Amino acid sequence: MSPALNVVGRSVPRSDGIGHVTGRTQFATDHSFPGMLHLKIVRSPVHHARIRRIDLSEAERVPGFVCALTHADVPHNVYTILGLIGVEPEEEFVLAEDRARYKGEPIAAIVAESEEAALDAVARVKLDLEELPAVFDVEEALKPGAPIVTHWGNNTFMYEGHPCRRVRFGDVEEAFARADHIVEGVYNTKPIEQAPIETTGCIAVPEANGRYTVYTNTQAVYFSLDNTSIILQIPGNRLHFVGGTVGGGFGGKVDVIVEPLATLAAMKTNRPVKYAYSRSEEMQVSSTRSAWRIYVKDGVMRDGRIIARKVTSYADSGAYSRQTPYALTKHAANASGPYAIPNVSIDAYCVYTNRVPSSAMRGFGITMASFALEVQMDKIAEVAGLDPWSIRFINAYRDGDIKPHRKVVEDATLIETMQAAAALVGQDLPAEFRAMTSARRSEGGA
Amino acid sequence: MGSKIITFVLGGREVEVMVKPMTTLQAVLRYQLGYTAVKEGCRQGGCGSCTVLVEGEPMMSCLLPVEDVAGMHVTTLEAITPADGLDRVQQAFLEHGAFQCGYCTPGMIVVSKALLGHNPRPTRQEIVDAFAGNICRCTGYEPIIAAVEGAARASASKAAQPG
Ligand code: FES
Ligand code: FES
Repeated sequence: MSPALNVVGRSVPRSDGIGHVTGRTQFATDHSFPGMLHLKIVRSPVHHARIRRIDLSEAERVPGFVCALTHADVPHNVYTILGLIGVEPEEEFVLAEDRARYKGEPIAAIVAESEEAALDAVARVKLDLEELPAVFDVEEALKPGAPIVTHWGNNTFMYEGHPCRRVRFGDVEEAFARADHIVEGVYNTKPIEQAPIETTGCIAVPEANGRYTVYTNTQAVYFSLDNTSIILQIPGNRLHFVGGTVGGGFGGKVDVIVEPLATLAAMKTNRPVKYAYSRSEEMQVSSTRSAWRIYVKDGVMRDGRIIARKVTSYADSGAYSRQTPYALTKHAANASGPYAIPNVSIDAYCVYTNRVPSSAMRGFGITMASFALEVQMDKIAEVAGLDPWSIRFINAYRDGDIKPHRKVVEDATLIETMQAAAALVGQDLPAEFRAMTSARRSEGGA
Repeated sequence: MGSKIITFVLGGREVEVMVKPMTTLQAVLRYQLGYTAVKEGCRQGGCGSCTVLVEGEPMMSCLLPVEDVAGMHVTTLEAITPADGLDRVQQAFLEHGAFQCGYCTPGMIVVSKALLGHNPRPTRQEIVDAFAGNICRCTGYEPIIAAVEGAARASASKAAQPG
C-alpha cells in the first residue's frame, strides 16, 4: 500500500471527538462576555399586514432597556442571501418597513441588559397594523387577484424573464399521443423544520481595533460574513467570524439571520450582543424545507418504457426566497429522475406566499422530486402490469445517456444499487436484470 | 423579590451563588459558573441536553429552580471527566461514533452514567427507556445505545479481572 494512503480504509478519530464527549467543545452561545447585552425581536403577530406605526415608548421605560433598532437603523435593509452569487432582485427586509409578509417577520429589535428585560420590552412594543389578506397555497398565489407578496408585483421568482425554471427535451405532446398508457399523479409535501438541538444564535463582540468578532453557529460562515458586510455597509475585514462548530444544522442554519442585527447592535452600543433563537422561534419562524406540489404526467408503453414525462412543480418559498430559487434549479435538473426518458418537459415554479420563508434542508429540491417520482414509478408499474423492480430496471439510465438538461450521464450506479438492494432483501431478479450494467449502451450495456 | 444565597455541592466542591427567585439550575451553571457542558436546546424540558445529576439522579436543569438543589450534590459532565483520560462511558461514545454535532452528547453521557451507576448490565430496553427524555437530531439512537452497551461490557470485563 502506498504510504500516502494511511487514512483511506481506516477509522480515524474525529478531531472534535474528545471535545464533544467531555463537553469542552465551545458552541457559539457557550461563550459569554462581561457586559453582554441581549437582543430580542418584535415579530409580526399576523401573516400579512401594513405597518402603520411602531410605538416604542413603553418598551423604552423597561428597566434595563438599552436601545431599539428598526429598519431605519439598518444601512442596507433589503438584501438577498444569494445575491453573493448574482441572484436578483434584493427582496428580504432585515427589519420590515411598511409591510410584514409573514407571521413572525422581524419588525424591530430590542437590546437590553438582560434577556428578561429584552423580552419584557418586546412585549410592550405597540404595533399599529392594518391586516391584509394573505395567501398560503402555491396555486392560489398564482391566480389573478391573489394578494401580492413581493415588492415587484407578482408571486413568482423570475428565471431569466420566465416565471419558472424550464427544461425542454424532445416532444412530450407527440409522445403522449402515441403512448399506450397515460399515468398522472399529484404529490404534496408539507414544510419540515430542521429542528437542530442547538438553536440558531450568535454573539457579536466589538474589539479594541474597531473590528467585530462574531461567534456564530451558521453553517455558512463566509456567506454570513459577506451578507453582514453588505447589510451593514462595512468592509468585510472589519468582521471576524468564528464558526464551524454547529449544534446541528441540516440546512436550517445557512440563512443569514442573527449576525447582521447582533453586529449592528454591537456597533451601536459598543458592547457584546447576543442574539439567539428560543426553541419556539426555532420552530416557528426559522426557515423550513419548502412545501411542494408536484404534478407528474407520464406516457408509458405496454412494455413499461416511459417515453414522455411532464412535470409541473411548485415550491412554496414563503414570503422570501432565501435559497429556494436554487432548489428549483436543482429540482428541474432532476425532475425526470434517474431514468432514460426521451421526451421531457419541466416547469418548476418558486412561488411566494405569506408562509414562513423556506430554504435549505438536506437535498432540498431533489428529495421532494424523488418522493413524487418514486411513488409515480410504483403507479406506472401497476398500470403497466409490472412489478416495481422491473419498471425501474427497464427505465434506468446508463452512462452516456443524455439527461433532459443536456448533461451526459457519467458514473451511473442505479442498476448496480438496485441489484445490491435486491440481494439484501432476498428479492430474486430475472436473469436479464441480473446481467444489466450501467455501462454505456454502445459498449454492451444491455 | 430579593435575591437569595444558595449553597450546593457541584462536582464535589461547595459553591455559593446569589440568585433571584426561580432562577434555573441551568442558568446558574451556564451563566454564573461557566459550566457550559450543560447545554440549552429548549429550556422547556423537551430535549434533555441540559441533563445533570442531582444526588445521582438525572434531572433536566432547565426545569429546576436552583433553590430546589440547595444542600444537594450536583454533577455535570465536567465532573464526570477524570483528571486523566476519559471515563469509560466517554470512551465508549468515542469508539461507537455515538455523536455527530455533539450538542446532545453531554446530556446523553450524564444519563448513561446514572443508568450504569444503578444498573451495571442494563438490557437494551432499559437503555432505551433511560433516554426517553433525550433527543438527538443527528446521530440516530443506535450508536448511542451501542455505546452504553459497550461501556457496560467494558465495566464487566474490568470487574472480572483478578486484582
Ligand atoms: S434545555 Fe432542558 S430539556 Fe431542553
Ligand atoms: S449529535 Fe447532534 S443532536 Fe445528537
